[in-house]
Amino acid sequence: MRPENEAELSEMVRHARGPLAVRGGGTRGLAARGAVVLETSGLSGVRLYEPGALTLVAGAGTPVAEIEVALATEGQRLAFEVPDLRQVLGRAGASTIGGVVAENASGPRRVQAGACRDFLLGVRFVDGRGDVLRNGGRVMKNVTGYDLVKLMAGSRGRLGVLTEVALKVLPKPEAEVTLALRGLSDAQAVAALSAALGSPYEVSGAAHLPGQGTFLRIEGFAGSVRYRFGELARLLQGFGVAEEVPSPWAAIRDVGPLAAVAGDLWRLSVKPSEAPGIVARMGAEAVIYDWGGGLIWARMAPGADLRARLGVFAGHATRLSGAPGIAALPPEAAPVVALSEGLRAQFDPRGIFAAPEEV
Amino acid sequence: MDMPTPSLQILSRKARIVERLLEVLPADAVVHDPNEVRAYECDALSAYRCPPLAAVLPRDTAEVAAVLRVCFEERVPVVPRGAGTSLAGGALPTADSVILGVARMNGVLEVDYPNRFIRVQSGRTNLSVTGAVESDGFFYAPDPSSQLACAIAGNIAMNSGGAHCLKYGVTTNNLLGVTMVLMDGTVVEIGGPWMDAGGLDLLGVVCGSEGQLGVVTEATLRILPKPEGALPVLIGFNESEVAGACVSDIIKAGVLPVAIEFMDGPCIKACEAFAKAGYPDCEALLIVEVEGSEAEIRHQLGLITEIARRHNPVEIREAADEAQAKRIWLGRKSAFGAMGQINDYMCLDGTIPVSSLPHVLRRIGELSRDYGLDVANVFHAGDGNMHPLILYNANLPGDQEKCEALGADILRLCVEVGGCLTGEHGVGIEKRDLMEVQYGAADLEAQVRVKDVFDPRWLLNPAKVFPLHVTAGRRAG
Repeated sequence: MRPENEAELSEMVRHARGPLAVRGGGTRGLAARGAVVLETSGLSGVRLYEPGALTLVAGAGTPVAEIEVALATEGQRLAFEVPDLRQVLGRAGASTIGGVVAENASGPRRVQAGACRDFLLGVRFVDGRGDVLRNGGRVMKNVTGYDLVKLMAGSRGRLGVLTEVALKVLPKPEAEVTLALRGLSDAQAVAALSAALGSPYEVSGAAHLPGQGTFLRIEGFAGSVRYRFGELARLLQGFGVAEEVPSPWAAIRDVGPLAAVAGDLWRLSVKPSEAPGIVARMGAEAVIYDWGGGLIWARMAPGADLRARLGVFAGHATRLSGAPGIAALPPEAAPVVALSEGLRAQFDPRGIFAAPEEV
Repeated sequence: MDMPTPSLQILSRKARIVERLLEVLPADAVVHDPNEVRAYECDALSAYRCPPLAAVLPRDTAEVAAVLRVCFEERVPVVPRGAGTSLAGGALPTADSVILGVARMNGVLEVDYPNRFIRVQSGRTNLSVTGAVESDGFFYAPDPSSQLACAIAGNIAMNSGGAHCLKYGVTTNNLLGVTMVLMDGTVVEIGGPWMDAGGLDLLGVVCGSEGQLGVVTEATLRILPKPEGALPVLIGFNESEVAGACVSDIIKAGVLPVAIEFMDGPCIKACEAFAKAGYPDCEALLIVEVEGSEAEIRHQLGLITEIARRHNPVEIREAADEAQAKRIWLGRKSAFGAMGQINDYMCLDGTIPVSSLPHVLRRIGELSRDYGLDVANVFHAGDGNMHPLILYNANLPGDQEKCEALGADILRLCVEVGGCLTGEHGVGIEKRDLMEVQYGAADLEAQVRVKDVFDPRWLLNPAKVFPLHVTAGRRAG
């Protein structure tokens, strides 16, 4: 199914017998098995862009690339840095902004600027009853009623089909520089990243690629970036000599270093200081650390049960590729499950939006 | 302002309800004397008052759970209360409700600098969260004007903002996790010291739910390293609209100040009379603050003043040091107090797209003339969060009603230009009946259904946020 507009989508959902799997560009989401695919690509186009108000409103099916081009002409960008997972997941297609929002997909700048959900100002969506709903708006501060905007971000198509999203955008900074440290163990690296993130120098990227290096990004006015590089280098003296390197951030954002490694792709969100210990316990084929250690991307041997190896830890793990058998989405505590299931039952009482469980 | 008729059935059972509360709490934590409960009869929206049935002051999550279980079983409405600083009546009781105050829950549970978070009990005041970490060079970013008094619990309930959220975001952007007790006494842990949700983002919908989904007892908050320094520049203009255009140009130019505050003529005059900050005599003032090292600050202030000069300012005053910075902020920080000295006022909180500032300021001026009530504007211009102050005389019969009608018209205007009713104060009872201006029936129903999931008996803060007719069937149940 491929609705051309919101009204058509509403009718399709209202009459659907399900299960339906909502699909943007199919570049990142966990697919659902045995479901009718509902494509959002017909709900496309930038509807409003006010650079002076840092606001952009677009149809959910709008390709991210189209939005990025529109923003670039005004020297602006999506500050949460959309990861492109096509290579690491072996997918094709064009990522849509609705898919990005549905996954709350956020890149290295999460540590400083925030996640996709933090830039989402408003949504329109069709719920499981076929009702067209609206929440939030297009202004930066809005506490009018419940924040269903945040609830829809990362809801993976389970509460409704996004039709339109309003986003806060930011100016592109004048300059960017990357500082690298070499030869650190994972534990030393995360300690260095923490020290940098705890400094006033506004680090906008903090990643560690085992065997390659430990990287910190600074962005801003040219003079400022120069000054902060010097200060950071001094602050991190105890971890080694800092060098300036070409930007590795597109590769880190897109999990590039794991593209050539075979195995199941896992994503872990953890307490940064515990990341090295977690990595030591999980026996991965390869990992990278982003978000100062708070985000771990891992390749595991096919079928390896990462959660069983880790036991209880502060955070959660999601499986993004590999054969079914191990739950893709992280388990949650009983009261949280009850609330989440309750919300799904309210927004999708007939249960027609398929669970994105099986890959 | 209509509030539901108190349940006689509950009022007549007061003795039994108090007895049950005393079974789970120490005697000094249950306030039930009719005179003593008056301390909880209102919040900062003091035009509306109603003493509650009783008030409880638990000390920890277990006591909160015990209290809520009792009230759940007795089917008594519960109104959660942080520090009672809500400007929207968020903590206004009904006669048949129990106030659950978190003021005694003010401890720091954990400070973790390597992972940049602090975990506190929710009754801790906003400013004392920063107080717990500032000697180590950190701070908690959201800074509502009431930060000396207001509690984190209330900040989470209202998703509070502040002057510096242009750069650092509001509460929801700085909240990592909560321990929350549901109305039936179930304790739920949501989020934690990591950076996103594994399943549905429940934290996102809990934040800003105005105490209607659960009682937050503990919160994990993101703390940030303090900037090296910060200084403001004050820019005066002869027209409000020109100042509005200047704000838009600053934002578009790629400078991202931490705050852009706006004051108009009436407000400047009142502040001058009250605080003697030495502001220029003009029609509009901007205070723009930037952060960084000395050189970074000078560079950014240079860019800002260059933009401002294109708008023919009457005065540009860059703060040279901390003392001058304090003077520049002095008037702004005393604005509300200054207005209170000369008049009764009602403070609005609508937010508009920044690009509409000149238009909205003009229209507010016209409405003010139509109603014959003065309006002073002081607000966070960078993110479009307006705070028009409508001046009226509470002792003049009919003046408060006239003021509320003008307020409603201004908020309708905010929605009309693509904005919203409230940017940081919350809906409470104050804007409850205007919700249908912003949202359609289905949109409101979707929100109400969220409460059905968290609080199926509709006992938590039940008469707030939504127009009473929208929730009538549920509250009765």
